[in-house]
Amino acid sequence: MKLYLKVWRQEHKESKGNMVNYEVDGISAHMSFLEMLDLLNERLIGKGERVIEFDHDCREGICGACGMMINGRAHGPLTGTTTCQLHMRGFKDGETVYIEPFRATAFPVLRDLKIDRSAFDHIIQSGGYISASTGQAPESNSIPIAHEVTEAAFDAAACIGCGACVATCKNSSAALFTSAKISHLVLLPQGKLESADRVIKMVGQMDAEGFGHCSNTEACEVECPQEISVLHIGRMNYEYNKALLLKK
Amino acid sequence: MMDAKIPVGDLADKWNNYKDSSKLINPANRKKLDIIVVGTGLAGSSCAATLAEQGYNVKSFCFQDSARRAHSVAAQGGVNAAKNYKNDGDSVYRMFYDTIKGGDFRSREANVYRLAECSLALIDQAVAQGVPFAREYGGYLNNRSFGGVQVSRTFYARGQTGQQLMIGAYQALMRQVSAGKVKTYTRHEMLELVLVDGKARGIIARNLETGEIERHAANAVVLATGGYGKVYYLSTLAMGCNSSAIWRAHKKGAFLSGVSWIQFHPTCLPQIGETQSKLTLMSESLRNDGRIWVPKKSGDERVPNEIPEEERDYYLERRYPTFGNLSPRDISSRAAKERIDAGCGVGPMKNAVCLDFSKAIKEQGRDKIEEKYGNLFRMYDKINGVDAYKEPMLISPAAHFTMGGLWVDYDLMTTIPGLFALGEANFSDHGANRLGANSLLQSCVDGYFIAPYTIPNYLSGELKAEKVTTDHPSFAEAEDSVREQLSRFLNLKGHLSADHFHKTLGRLLYNKCGLSRTRESLQEAIVEIRALKKSFDHELKITGDEGVNSELEKAGRVSDFLELGELMCHDALQREESCGAHFREEYQTSDGEAVRNDKDFCYVSAWEWKGEGAEPELHKEPLVFETVQLTVRSYK
Repeated sequence: MKLYLKVWRQEHKESKGNMVNYEVDGISAHMSFLEMLDLLNERLIGKGERVIEFDHDCREGICGACGMMINGRAHGPLTGTTTCQLHMRGFKDGETVYIEPFRATAFPVLRDLKIDRSAFDHIIQSGGYISASTGQAPESNSIPIAHEVTEAAFDAAACIGCGACVATCKNSSAALFTSAKISHLVLLPQGKLESADRVIKMVGQMDAEGFGHCSNTEACEVECPQEISVLHIGRMNYEYNKALLLKK
Repeated sequence: MMDAKIPVGDLADKWNNYKDSSKLINPANRKKLDIIVVGTGLAGSSCAATLAEQGYNVKSFCFQDSARRAHSVAAQGGVNAAKNYKNDGDSVYRMFYDTIKGGDFRSREANVYRLAECSLALIDQAVAQGVPFAREYGGYLNNRSFGGVQVSRTFYARGQTGQQLMIGAYQALMRQVSAGKVKTYTRHEMLELVLVDGKARGIIARNLETGEIERHAANAVVLATGGYGKVYYLSTLAMGCNSSAIWRAHKKGAFLSGVSWIQFHPTCLPQIGETQSKLTLMSESLRNDGRIWVPKKSGDERVPNEIPEEERDYYLERRYPTFGNLSPRDISSRAAKERIDAGCGVGPMKNAVCLDFSKAIKEQGRDKIEEKYGNLFRMYDKINGVDAYKEPMLISPAAHFTMGGLWVDYDLMTTIPGLFALGEANFSDHGANRLGANSLLQSCVDGYFIAPYTIPNYLSGELKAEKVTTDHPSFAEAEDSVREQLSRFLNLKGHLSADHFHKTLGRLLYNKCGLSRTRESLQEAIVEIRALKKSFDHELKITGDEGVNSELEKAGRVSDFLELGELMCHDALQREESCGAHFREEYQTSDGEAVRNDKDFCYVSAWEWKGEGAEPELHKEPLVFETVQLTVRSYK
């Protein structure tokens, strides 16, 4: 199969980027999308050109490193799927494919499709943890947790921090990412004690990083590779308002 | 002769004796001490966070864009602990014994016992951090069984146990960043270890975002940089996994052990094309309910569902009736290779075996199977476009975990004073074969519970040592060698990519130093790898500049893999026995089982680098078994 690619190329953080055309033939249906880019890069090296830079690591959908806009959709056309798990059988011979980085003010482009997502680390640093130093833990079965509660906490904890929610949001909001962490920790008895302080700090940090507000379009849930529910955003808002009230 | 400095006392008392007599550092003095931790997987993050909690200043490095992305996230199945919550006969001793036996009696008793002992506290710690382990309806923690054992001691969080433990450790690390005790250096790659007066005193790192070469000094350096299974190119590892930190430390004097002990995971997706970059792992937990089979007759062209029951060979159940589909990884992988080599493989490249859930679905219902493995079935469908509820999965062994690594003593310190190695980067606990769900355990235990005792024990002697700054000539020298290598790569006028050499090396090692090896294949491999290295040094082509440049990153890693690959062959060649994952075809019984030689090979190899072009020197650490009886490892 042959594809016509239009790929975002940008030298540096400050430089202006543009779309560059590439024709890639010899693509097999079994290849993953990133293997198709590997193939193109291999050919670019043969021609002495700089390769297309993109983030990727585990290539099994769990590390959250990869992520690009493919034909205008975060991680491409499939739902519940990271870019690395997208395979070429979903594309048609002769198709034109647009490839761009995840874009947001808080995610500056480093080069080509590589972006800086350290804003997510800063949000977690602001309070996305349970303060349990090594050695303090009680026996693990001493606090029973209902099966359903653990499962619900897990659903939120499944976030891989890829940034697709931000990239797809018209406001570049990090509400899904932040609320998933708040839900994960507030649902568990171990995380409840710090919940008020946590939610105020994390929401404050989210704003400080330059992410926009949530206006409930729910696009983030559609593009989330872990299919994390927007209901967590509702819980975050509830926890936030509760915390503000209790603070007064 | 290598001295592991095992503490005195009965096996069960050694770790307590160590803790009772190890040297402590006054909290006021801790903040005068700096520690560099390279790698932010479970071992690195947990160690960095715990040392910071104690009051030390920690610098944490990773090549990924966030500490949370380290490859520990990919571990699916679970983490072992001898909690005996199932009341099915588990105990610390039983877990110790299973691990020693699983490792084919090629690991240290004292280390393995400590691993089992510390497993209890790890589960407590993870739960306190908010790791959502699976629970029963009564609210108590659930367990499942895993390969190579007969009790249920594996704690799990769906198919994402590694990811969840990693999030716990990452959050603990982020907490210390906000407390100002850890400074993280993401998108940084360690390219050289700096020694001052024979002690590890810092690193040279390249900032992968800007290309800057940086010097960092400390009182101790911890390498928690994971395994080197990516040496085979096609493996279950992440694309960025590499051996550069441990290899560069090796060239500075740290010995490497058991480097040829590499585990091939039996349940991975097979290779289907030449451009493939990855062999995705499907959790071993699938073997709890899936049955493994191949067609009885070789060259059977029918699709699996068309092959009737009586023409299927459930070869693990046939050869190992006691453990069956839950036989340990090395045995299961080798048995699969044996059937594939006999022409009974299935799939387009005839390189796979069937993992069949039809019986389990019939007995337990589809819903139950979906609850247990839903995410894995979805992943299988995504990659292959096949519904595994209706047809068997096709699986194949793939390079996965490296039992070998930097030699460390009981303190997890390498042969370089002040240089520690944790998790998969060291060789210590798994012998010649690792049991499933022991790897998450080892990395966490090393980082949370062992290094935070043993590193201070070392540092107590460093309080009065002279303060080293990055102005020291050793830093300038190390930086120069890094710059020299990078500019050489960029100026090479070759025509082949780093991936080309990596793939060639991988194929070569897979065929000649893979699931099985012979004297002849290893001798050939050494000659071929040397030729490949020579070609790499001249024909490599790196495009781009000194800034963000993934090809330049790869060049350094592949260069190190080429040298490490040769050492793997030396290691496999000297060990004239079959043990664990190391299967020398010359040493097997008439029915294809491994023949171990305890008389001559009951030791751990420890290799010393002797310079470019020189033969490495083999040192030995004899393994002394005071508690267990060495037996033939039988799972029949």
